[in-house]
Amino acid sequence: MNANFIMSHDVTTIIGLEVHVQLKTKTKLFCGCSAEFGASPNTQVCPVCLGLPGALPVMNEQAIELAICAGLAINCSIPELTKWDRKQYFYPDLPKGYQISQFDLPICADGYLEITDPANPDATRHIGIIRAHLEEDAGKSMHDEVAGKSDTRIDLNRCGTPLLEIVSQPDLRSSAEVKEYLTQLKLILTHLGISDCEMQEGSLRVDANVNLHINVDGKKVATPIVEVKNMNSFRAVERAIEFEVERQAIDWQADGLTINDKPKTTRGWDDSKERTFIQREKEESADYRYFPDPDLLPVRIPREQVEEIRKSMRELPNVTCDRLQSQHGLKQYDANVIVNQGPQLVAYFERVADVSGDAKRSSSWVQQDVMRTLKERDMVIDEFPVTSVQLGELLKLVSDAKLDNARARDVFNYLLDKESTVEEAIKSLGIEQVDSSEIDTLCQELLDANPNVVDDVRGGKVQAVGSLIGQAKKKNPNANPQQVRETLLRLIGE
Amino acid sequence: MLDSASELIKLQESGDITAAQIVQKAISNIESSDETINAFTHVDAERALDIAKKIDTRRAAGQPLGPLAGVPIAVKDNLCSADMPTTCSSRMLENFRPPYDATVVTKLREADAIIIGKTNLDEFAMGASTETSYFGTTRNPWDTTRTPGGSSGGSAAAVAAGYVPMSLGSDTGGSIRQPAAFCGITGLKPTYGRVSRYGLIAFASSLDQVGPMAWSAADVALLLQATAGFEPRDSTSLNQSVPNYSEILTTSDLRGIKIGVLGESSLSGQLDPAIRKAVDDASEVFRSCGAEMVEINLPHSEYWVPTYYVIAPCEASSNLSRYEGAHYGHRTDSIDRTSEHGPLVSAYCRSRDEGFGAEVKRRIMVGTYGLSEGYADKFYNQALKVRRLIKNDFDAAYSQCDLMLGPVTPTSAFLIGEKTDDPIQMYLCDLFTVGANLAGLPAISLPAGLDDNGLPVGIQLQAPALEESRLLFAAGAFQSTTHHHQQRPRPIA
Ligand SMILES: [Zn+2]
Repeated sequence: MNANFIMSHDVTTIIGLEVHVQLKTKTKLFCGCSAEFGASPNTQVCPVCLGLPGALPVMNEQAIELAICAGLAINCSIPELTKWDRKQYFYPDLPKGYQISQFDLPICADGYLEITDPANPDATRHIGIIRAHLEEDAGKSMHDEVAGKSDTRIDLNRCGTPLLEIVSQPDLRSSAEVKEYLTQLKLILTHLGISDCEMQEGSLRVDANVNLHINVDGKKVATPIVEVKNMNSFRAVERAIEFEVERQAIDWQADGLTINDKPKTTRGWDDSKERTFIQREKEESADYRYFPDPDLLPVRIPREQVEEIRKSMRELPNVTCDRLQSQHGLKQYDANVIVNQGPQLVAYFERVADVSGDAKRSSSWVQQDVMRTLKERDMVIDEFPVTSVQLGELLKLVSDAKLDNARARDVFNYLLDKESTVEEAIKSLGIEQVDSSEIDTLCQELLDANPNVVDDVRGGKVQAVGSLIGQAKKKNPNANPQQVRETLLRLIGE
Repeated sequence: MLDSASELIKLQESGDITAAQIVQKAISNIESSDETINAFTHVDAERALDIAKKIDTRRAAGQPLGPLAGVPIAVKDNLCSADMPTTCSSRMLENFRPPYDATVVTKLREADAIIIGKTNLDEFAMGASTETSYFGTTRNPWDTTRTPGGSSGGSAAAVAAGYVPMSLGSDTGGSIRQPAAFCGITGLKPTYGRVSRYGLIAFASSLDQVGPMAWSAADVALLLQATAGFEPRDSTSLNQSVPNYSEILTTSDLRGIKIGVLGESSLSGQLDPAIRKAVDDASEVFRSCGAEMVEINLPHSEYWVPTYYVIAPCEASSNLSRYEGAHYGHRTDSIDRTSEHGPLVSAYCRSRDEGFGAEVKRRIMVGTYGLSEGYADKFYNQALKVRRLIKNDFDAAYSQCDLMLGPVTPTSAFLIGEKTDDPIQMYLCDLFTVGANLAGLPAISLPAGLDDNGLPVGIQLQAPALEESRLLFAAGAFQSTTHHHQQRPRPIA
């Protein structure tokens, strides 16, 4: 019935996202501790990130650079002056009793992202970005419920790691658009090396503000805003928003409450039950008592620094995608697949294509053999045993018809496990590259010995050469079947 | 014997005394009267003696020694020290031992000074009498019925009582200069950022500054030399080279120096006649040294105290929010698990309620209010604007003079208990000192004689940013012309 309601009414879904990404800095935002994920609890801490009395923060320049880089990538303006503010609240995973964040002068403001319109792949949607600001992360509370006794353990390793909070305008209109926005954002941020954006590891976190605008007799009625939290995958974000849209429609039909009747509520997403549940009923208007952190100086960002970062920035993924099409002649689909694997794979592919001189063959090998092996072996391209130059050389031999695909795959597999040059690998595998004059001689001998095949082919039965290819392979195992076939047909035609 | 660090250094160099003998004397002085004075929250006699012996051995072996070798020193107990408790004189940190040294403590160790112990203060440096200490008040060595001032009352009393020749204090609104004046010693608040705040437990971060206390300007210069300088771990520390402060203490010739004296204002109305006389007398001394005395005005001086008592509590309310008993410090053992706010909030509330004293709570509440939504514009943000005006006043004044002369306090040391029931009266102790903190400028308090009760009276010199040398230059001239800094209290019975 709710689905009917949404279909039968003029209902617009309004979604704004707050996305937290953890910046890939070597150290935390205000101290020298490692910001690496996964260390055992409370091993990556110091007086500063523990908030011990007397310890003082010192700003991490790399975080500023990454934030500027991110801001430029999402079309934000970077102000000349930004500053640090304290946001105060009590929680055991926040040892100072305040979080160092940015209040009224964020490092990035007023940007946007163009995303593909999921409803019309030829169109784009313009999603406004209000601001992106830097802040330190809190620690992690882990609640154990053992034998009816609840117990909370606190890991402060994450405390003080740098986050960039990217706040969108409420411009998103469906879960599909949200997914597209997040995919785009993640692609850009991973591509530029700004963040790993791993939702599972918490380096990308999404809060969604959702409500409905319902057209009632020509008047727009807005339902109360709900902030949805605790979603740990893109899929969960989509599902949570879909659930909320239905739930709010049902609620509105039942109680008719609007945004004016009810303050914003916070709901969590329960992945196993596939539903949102109430977390905070009445958002007691939290007073964070923001004020400028007196331990840190305001940050001046010289225009030259912004320009320098802009210049040294890696190409944005959509630009790379266009370039792979124009420069290497790839189809959009293939270009997308490669770009989505990240800049390292793009660089790998481009080198293979340059060395082999055959971009299409390179694209297909990279997408199939290389990507499959990466997945099987759970490794990244930088650790891949077959270098881009090796693969390029190998594919050049195939293109030059000096090696067939099957043989090339043997060489590729050999190189995966043994350190060797392509040439050595070919030799070790007993493959001899065959000279074309040799093939010519071999083929002429076979044709001379099998005049019936010549007649069949001339009579239109081209597939008759198949039997000779098999014989050629027996006489010379290194003969490339494709080349043998072509040679046979050429000689018959002469 | 324990009057002068410079003397002690010379006597050790000439072989007339050893560091061990010096420390032994300091310890025996402390043992004989600190039960009465209560200058220390913690004394580590054994370790001090141990360090002294090592210095003596190194000296005997002809090894190089730091500039403060063998000088016993007391450190205010809001400066972190890894080998001693650091309590801020609060129940909250009664058993707290930081895992690291404050930068100034490290510098003292590197200078081969011997840290005898940690000195008492008003809880978290909030007070002007050392009476808010969880460990009991410190008494003034000149009259034990009176306070030594505060918040660095323990550091001032430790020098005045003859336990150590020098000590470190911290000054947020006058906390070095006022107790120095009450105890008849010299105390300097450096330019904000001159001395690293790393390891100084924050009261109000934008006002706090560590500084030296001793009998003479010469010793103050020595200690400032050892502790000043840029430190990358403190973002507000100034990246400026440190001049040689002792070099400029050799003359009483102040010709060419213009000293500003505040004209009649609402501030001067609050002044005790003995203090007014001390300032007038000092003015004559400077004139006799060749200085030109000019009248200057600081139009916003009546806003100093109100501005200070908004900004300082606001910052304090934030700085002190880390003390909630979850990670370190006092934790209640009576959590109310049935509390309507839940056990966690109950644990916070009770730990803080038990751990903090009344004055600290008062300031946390004032500061929380001053930063709250709807009030921040009226209080905190407004105070920041006034602070800017106050800074401008000082800039304008220093275009007309090189230094400023005035009182440190409205009165000499008051009786213990006299002002404890009236916080406003207590806050007015800072009337003349908070301007330098708000403007981030250096100022020094100098002994300037005794009043009718035989209590020390101080005068204050102030200077533009980073002009500590100018302050010490004029202070040196004053002390080579007068003998006020050589007056001592009677031995404590
Ligand atoms: Zn750290």
